[in-house]
Amino acid sequence: MEQSAKLPIPNTLSTPLKSLLVRWETFLLAVFAAVFIAFSVTSPYFLNVWNLSDATFNFTERALIALPMAMLIICREIDLSVASIIALASVAMGYVAQTGADVPLIVLTGITVGLLCGLFNGFVVTTFGIPSIVVTIGTMSLFRGITQGLMGNQVLRDYPFEFAFFGQGYVYWVFSFQFVLFLSCALLFYILLHRTNFGRRTYAIGNNPTAAEFSGIKVRRHKMILFAMVGVMAGVASVLLTSRLGSTRPAIAFGWELSIVTMVVLGGVNILGGSGTIPGVVIAAFLMGVVTFGLGLMNIPGIVMNIIIGLMLITVISIPVIMRRIQQHRSRHL
Amino acid sequence: MNSIVEFLKRREVLLGIVVLCMIAIIGSINPNFLQIRNLISVYNDTSILIILALGQMLVILTRCIDLSVAANLALTGMVVGLLNAAFPGFPVEGLIVLAVLMGACLGAINGAFVWLLGVPAIVVTLGTMSIYRGSIFLLSGGDWVNAHQMSPAFLAIPRQLFLGVPVLSWMSLIVIALMVYITRFRPFGRQFFAAGGNPRAAFYTGINVGFVQFRAFVISGALAGLCGYLWVSRYAVAYTEVANGFELQVVAACVIGGISIMGGVGTVAGAFLGALFLGIISNSLSIIGVSQFWQMAISGAVIIIAVIANSRSEKKPGRIILREAVAADAIDESARGDTRPATGQ
Repeated sequence: MEQSAKLPIPNTLSTPLKSLLVRWETFLLAVFAAVFIAFSVTSPYFLNVWNLSDATFNFTERALIALPMAMLIICREIDLSVASIIALASVAMGYVAQTGADVPLIVLTGITVGLLCGLFNGFVVTTFGIPSIVVTIGTMSLFRGITQGLMGNQVLRDYPFEFAFFGQGYVYWVFSFQFVLFLSCALLFYILLHRTNFGRRTYAIGNNPTAAEFSGIKVRRHKMILFAMVGVMAGVASVLLTSRLGSTRPAIAFGWELSIVTMVVLGGVNILGGSGTIPGVVIAAFLMGVVTFGLGLMNIPGIVMNIIIGLMLITVISIPVIMRRIQQHRSRHL
Repeated sequence: MNSIVEFLKRREVLLGIVVLCMIAIIGSINPNFLQIRNLISVYNDTSILIILALGQMLVILTRCIDLSVAANLALTGMVVGLLNAAFPGFPVEGLIVLAVLMGACLGAINGAFVWLLGVPAIVVTLGTMSIYRGSIFLLSGGDWVNAHQMSPAFLAIPRQLFLGVPVLSWMSLIVIALMVYITRFRPFGRQFFAAGGNPRAAFYTGINVGFVQFRAFVISGALAGLCGYLWVSRYAVAYTEVANGFELQVVAACVIGGISIMGGVGTVAGAFLGALFLGIISNSLSIIGVSQFWQMAISGAVIIIAVIANSRSEKKPGRIILREAVAADAIDESARGDTRPATGQ
């Protein structure tokens, strides 16, 4: 107990130079810069604004979900069903589009389905007090299964022409709608987590749910809201992805949950809850995007990129632990 | 203590009754399902899931999770398949031993990170899952190993009948028997429960919690390796996406079987019945005339219902906060990465 009292709470955004240098985000940014420079040197096609703009499509949809997911993980919960929510929302949009509905209704359908799925997760987790990893493994299968059951092996592709804007349109010059939306959401979530009471409560619950409960924080309601937010963002991501692909298949976004969690953990969010920042997650998203893009330029197949992402995840998690061990070892011998 | 044992017993009995009811209902819709030959074939189809679920059970008992089992299975399966295609003369028994050893090594990598560095298991196995899966592609170059490249002996072993039951099923029965023996009668097996149920108390009893977790990963890996051979041999093909996403079915089987994800609670019978439950669902849908496409949704619904049912029977009203506090302590402890007690220096 005494030891945990001595542990610093690593969620304050202090600005002195020294603390900035030892921060996780700085480290990530350095890695990002190194990777960026390495790719610019090795590939002549890398430093091209349009290519780089295309590269953002690789990660913005996932990164959008990673933002609320970071808050959920800080709060000691997790949602593994996000990719299945994307699929279910996409199918719902496909069917609505088939009836000849216009764009706002299609988008609204996608986001509403996302919200409902998130609320369902939150309801089961908070009402029955079951670990969310178990619940969302169940809903992951349930949501994806409903998608498969409804669709069989058909493809839905009756989307109106204007619907393509969300996934393929540009707001200004090389800045795609997706990218701008991601940046705005990142700013919103930054404010929400680091500048509001809601954000402080998220850390409080993540650091000590019991103390949070006793300090009058409505823990269950808070978690419910976070699950709903993840659901809504999964709905938004579904709109973007469906619009970009122009079609819905049952296997849409398959396996994304794990790359989203990877993104969050890479961003310095403690998987056990209690610490992490939005800037970290955003940098991690960019890092994963640039690695995927750069390796793609070098003709490396996606599955091999997964090896590199996996290695990155493990290395990046282990380094601080090893450093701490070395430090402890030294101080013990002084 | 006795009452807890009684209570646990009751839960597995309950699940057993549910499974029997399900068999009876399916049988009443289509009597062909109840033919002995069909029941054996359903069990045979579920054998690999059962073996993996038992390995996963040990890992979950120690408060960890192994998401890399399916990738481990696929990688060892591919290695064994490639070796067999290249050296058809090499005895298959040797290949099986090799598969088990290789799986154990892959599991040991997971375990070492958890034990020595204290990295959360979900993060490590998420990483190794991608790495193992990607390595299959590196090894095979994306090619398939097909049935005609495999030696007849390689394909024959799981199919051989012994007392009318395929060897594949016998293997799962042997694993079940071993697991029952270990988890009930050996200190080695009891340590999984101790380490997961209360790591701090386990430490004071002289148990090295990290090492127990390491051993759970090694066993889970070894079983995944064994299943790698069984899978490739049974389906007579090895390719990069073998058993993709199967890890979640394995975890689901444990969860349905009442293995608590918080650690320390669970039985071999539970994991076995959980796996059997999923196996029966996936094998019976077409028999009772439900589209195969609904299988995933049904298993999802079953998982949720099962965890709700388990949590309700476990719930002690008014003590949730206390329970969470205990869990929080443990998480603090594992976050620190060592089990040294606080000494208040």
